[in-house]
Amino acid sequence: MNSDLLQLLCFYLFGGVAVIAALMVITLKNSVHAVLSLVLAFFSMACVWLLAEAEFLAIALVVVYVGAVMVLFLFVVMMLDIKQEAVREGFIRYLPVGIIVAVVMLVEMLAMIGVRAMSTHTLGPNPAGESNVAWLGQALYTQFLLPFEIAALILTVGIVAAVALTLRQRAGVRHQTAAQQVAVNASDRVRVVKMAVEHPASVSPAPVVEPPQENAP
Amino acid sequence: MSRVTNYFKSLLLIELFKGMGLTMGYMFKPKYTVRYPMEHIPKSNRFRGLHALRRYANGEERCIACKLCEAVCPALAITIDSAPRPSDGQRRTTRYDIDLFKCIFCGFCEESCPVDSIVETHVHEYHFEHRGENVVTKAQLLAIGDRFEQDIAAARAQDAAYR
Amino acid sequence: MAEQLYDHVLIPILYILAIVLPLVIGVAMFVYWERKVIGWMHVRMGPNKIGPLGLLQAFADVVKLLIKEVILPTNANKFLYYLAPMLALVPALAAWAVIPFSPQVVLANVNAGVLYLLAMTSMGVYGIILAGWASNSRYALLGAMRATAQVISYELAMGMSIVCVLVLTGSLNLTAIVDAQAGSKGILDWFFIPLLPVFVIYFVSGVAETNRAPFDVAEGESEIVAGFHVEYSGSAFALFFLAEYANMILVSFLAAILFMGGWLSPFPASWAFVGHGGFHWLFIKAFLFAFMFLWFRASFPRYRYDQIMRLGWKVFIPITIVWVLVAGCMKYFGWVTIGTGA
Repeated sequence: MNSDLLQLLCFYLFGGVAVIAALMVITLKNSVHAVLSLVLAFFSMACVWLLAEAEFLAIALVVVYVGAVMVLFLFVVMMLDIKQEAVREGFIRYLPVGIIVAVVMLVEMLAMIGVRAMSTHTLGPNPAGESNVAWLGQALYTQFLLPFEIAALILTVGIVAAVALTLRQRAGVRHQTAAQQVAVNASDRVRVVKMAVEHPASVSPAPVVEPPQENAP
Repeated sequence: MSRVTNYFKSLLLIELFKGMGLTMGYMFKPKYTVRYPMEHIPKSNRFRGLHALRRYANGEERCIACKLCEAVCPALAITIDSAPRPSDGQRRTTRYDIDLFKCIFCGFCEESCPVDSIVETHVHEYHFEHRGENVVTKAQLLAIGDRFEQDIAAARAQDAAYR
Repeated sequence: MAEQLYDHVLIPILYILAIVLPLVIGVAMFVYWERKVIGWMHVRMGPNKIGPLGLLQAFADVVKLLIKEVILPTNANKFLYYLAPMLALVPALAAWAVIPFSPQVVLANVNAGVLYLLAMTSMGVYGIILAGWASNSRYALLGAMRATAQVISYELAMGMSIVCVLVLTGSLNLTAIVDAQAGSKGILDWFFIPLLPVFVIYFVSGVAETNRAPFDVAEGESEIVAGFHVEYSGSAFALFFLAEYANMILVSFLAAILFMGGWLSPFPASWAFVGHGGFHWLFIKAFLFAFMFLWFRASFPRYRYDQIMRLGWKVFIPITIVWVLVAGCMKYFGWVTIGTGA
């Protein structure tokens, strides 16, 4: 059993898991299970990319999609109260449309890969001895700096837009301001007042014990 | 100005370090723990624990079935039946039950007893293993009294001046 | 064939066991140490009955947990309910694969070690969120939501503070990161001095990541009983417990490796005997950081949930972003010397 055969076996294993998981995403009744299948599909794809020695991409996929995006998906799906049967109703009805969309996407993707393969403008192979990540970083920050910065700018705009969309200020709503609450000291809230001891002015029914005189002989 | 100093105080975590210094100081202090089954804290001679019925030195039981304890008991934990004793016709209890689940250990029975018969001992470690064992009968109470008579008498003697 | 099987299956399994078994025992002893330290700080004694000085207390607890029944709540999602503890534990253990214990002793000396660690810690969220949802309990769901939001938020601050280290080192390899801190000046060469703010932020974020006090609103026994693992009992609960403590020890080791020079000696290399590095230094440093976890727990009251979010997003992340720039300047203008060689 040489290592090439082992790699091939691993590729088919992870690829098979990815395909099955992707199928489960659209066939499972329970939507939480479907999201988890999507997580599994992402994870299997990350493994396939690892086999292709694209370790940075693979781990970035796990960190970003599996670790953050899908968790938020899971949040949303858990919060929804979906009638599981109702989701399944339109499955057959929408199947032709779905197939058409899938075929169009496949053709587009193959076309793109074909065009890319024909053009000679590709990065050189990974220089031996240098780590994949360093090589990718070099390429991103030198050769592709402008597209990279533009992508970063677009993402920042997206963040600002999302914040602006959700930032509603309604009148009459009282908010806690954590910053102010944290900054509070005890001296801002409590004032300890020193007062002289008060004695009753005249003789009262209850006997009053006189305090001992300090200057008494 | 104070806002600026506050800002730097919170940024440099000064208060947090103070708090951590405090806990670190306490880490090395002698511990207050009493290792209970091996060590005991001293008990007052007025401690009110498990009940007991006492006897006179000649072996005669003290209780005369006056039922003052039954009357004073705020939790209605005491049940007493009485009848003339067959041997000499003295008024004695035929039944003296204390339900320890009802008892609140207030000590009123002890206070009300004219002959110092019903008392509360220093025993506070006891348990029941079966349903119904919470009701302590006259025989059991007398047995407890016999067993701890020395302790009971010593505690009463210590407190005698204040009664 | 047999030789390959031996090289590629048996030996790695033995290596893995050589890490995981001491880790599990370390977790048990750490639980004992936690109870002892918190007891001392509360002016109590802590466990002292089982074994000499109570040393066997943790093992007694493990046996107790393992022989208890695992209860499945009504209408709980059985598959996910049993899957969740494993999903919590597996990343916590898998992350240990890339931790270097000394220059030679590391299970997998991969180039993208730090990235792998980030990936594994972000996977741990699934155990929490699935446990909360599958338990079919309101308390568990609330605890899971709190824990997840908190972990995702603080992962950013943690990642950004690690980025500062990466900027100075220029490598994602943990062994290379430690080597970059080697120098003739001992402790003065370590990264925690130029990166002091992010070092503090890294460790505090680590405390928040592991849902420990004072960031343990996910457990919040005063409001939501015990959070995401409220319905778990017996061995399933033990797995969550193991994962939490394994993560704590992992964060301690990472703080030692990333900022405190890993296995390097704090004394100048010219000193005899104590000047030499070795895995014992790493363990001493990690132990001190693990002790900090307990110290925090004994010292601080619990943060309120919105205060935690404010701290993460409005304080930590801005500071780390600024310090990434500062670290870049340090590297570019050569303000700090990196990797002067032992």
